[in-house]
Amino acid sequence: MADKKDIEAEIEEITQQAVKRSKEELIAAVEALIYTSDEPVPAKILAQVLREDIDDVTEAVGQLTKQYAKRNGGLQIREIAGGFQICTRAEHHEEVRRFLKTRPSAKLSIASLETLAVIAYKQPVTVPEILEIRGVQSASAIKTLLDKRLIIAKGRKETVGRPMQYGTSKDFLLQFGLKDLSELPSIEDFEELVQ
Amino acid sequence: MSEQVEQIDQLTFDFYKEQPHIVRESRDELRLRLGDFAGPLDLLLYLIKQEQANIFDIPIARITDEYLKYIRIMEKLDITVATDFLVMAATLIEIKSKMLLPRDESELVGEDIEDPREELVRALLEHQTFKNAAGMLYERVQLEQAVFARGKIESDENNAEINATLYDIVTVFQKILARHREEVQMEIEREEVSMAEIIRDLKHRLTTLNEISVVKYFEEMKSRRELVTAFIAVLEIVRTETVKLVQSATFGDIILRRV
Repeated sequence: MADKKDIEAEIEEITQQAVKRSKEELIAAVEALIYTSDEPVPAKILAQVLREDIDDVTEAVGQLTKQYAKRNGGLQIREIAGGFQICTRAEHHEEVRRFLKTRPSAKLSIASLETLAVIAYKQPVTVPEILEIRGVQSASAIKTLLDKRLIIAKGRKETVGRPMQYGTSKDFLLQFGLKDLSELPSIEDFEELVQ
Repeated sequence: MSEQVEQIDQLTFDFYKEQPHIVRESRDELRLRLGDFAGPLDLLLYLIKQEQANIFDIPIARITDEYLKYIRIMEKLDITVATDFLVMAATLIEIKSKMLLPRDESELVGEDIEDPREELVRALLEHQTFKNAAGMLYERVQLEQAVFARGKIESDENNAEINATLYDIVTVFQKILARHREEVQMEIEREEVSMAEIIRDLKHRLTTLNEISVVKYFEEMKSRRELVTAFIAVLEIVRTETVKLVQSATFGDIILRRV
C-alpha cells in the first residue's frame, strides 16, 4: 500500500503538470468536481484543486449553469451555502419523492420559525433580546433549533450576566436554499406588509 | 378523540391559517386556542384586526377591555405563558390610565409629546415584521424540500444513516442514567462486572445478532456502575473492532452494527 504522502506528492505532481485548459475543458472539469462532492463546493476550492484563476473558475461555473438551464433537463446548478451544487429541479419533486419513498420531513413549528427569523436577522442575538421581540419565552424553540443544528452558539455578549449569543449555521443556509446571509430579503421588505 | 384531531391539525398546519381562534369547549364556555406559538403580541394583533382598528391609532380602552376578557378566559393556560400575558395586561392598563390623565399644559407647549401608545405600537410593528419574515422562511423551506442534492438524499427507507456523534450517545446515556436515578435501589450485594466481561459479552452478541440496540443494552444494566462500564465498553468496542454506531433518525435509537 502506497504511503499517504506518496499519493499526495503524486497528486501534486499531476496538478503541477496540468496544462492550460480550454474554456470547454475547464467547464467540464468544474462539472466533474461539483458532481463528485456531496456538499456545495466553494469557487475557491475549485480554483485551488484545478490550479486555475478563481475568476476563470467562477466564469466557468456561470457557463455551466447556463448550459444546464438551456438543456432544460432534470438537474440544475445552484449556488448555496457559499458553494456550488448539482441538484434536481423542483419540478420533479413528485417523481423523486415517489422513487425515494419519502415525504417532506417534519416542519418547524411557528414558534420555531419566528424565533429563527429573529435570530437570522438580529444575529448575534441573546435570549432576552429574542424575548423582547417575540413577547414570549422562547426557550423550547431555541432548543429545537439547536437540536436541528439550524442555529449555533456564537460566544457570550460582554454585558451583565454574559448571556449566550446565537446565530444561524451553515445548515440553515443549506436547508433554506441560501447562498449566504446577504441573500435573505431585507427586513425592511417585511415592514411594507404591515398595514 | 378531540386530542387526536388536534394532533392531525398540528401535523398539517398551514402557516397563514394558524391564527389564534376561539374553541367552544362546552355550551357556555369559550376558550381561546393560541397554540404554543402565540404570545400577548399575537393576541393584541388579533384583537386589533378583529376590531378593525388602525394599528397607528389603537382604541386603547376598547382593546384593553377585550384583552382582559381573553385573559380571564385563558386562566387555564399554563403559568409561564400566562405571565407574559399578564405583563402585557399591566402595560395596557398603564397606557390606558396615562391616556385618561389630562395632559400637562406646560408639556403641551413642548414639541415632542410622546403618545403613551408609541412603544407598544413599535413592539407590535416589529413583531409583525418578524412574523412576516417567518412566513418567508416557511415558504423557502417548502420550496427547498422539492430540490434534492446528490449524496445527502434522505428517504424514509435509507434515511441517510446519520452517524451518531459523541454528543448523541452521551445524550442517550444521560437519559438512561436519569431514569436509573429515579428508581430507588437497595444494593445489598455488590456484583462487580468487569469491562472485559462486558466487552466479551458484546462481542458474543454481535457475532450472533449483527445489530444491537444501544438503548436496550444500556437498559439491561442493573446498577449505575454497570451502566458506566457498559458505556465505556461500547465506546471501546467501536474504537477497536469493526463495529460502528448508527442512528437512523434524529433522536432515534442508536444501533451497534457489525461492519
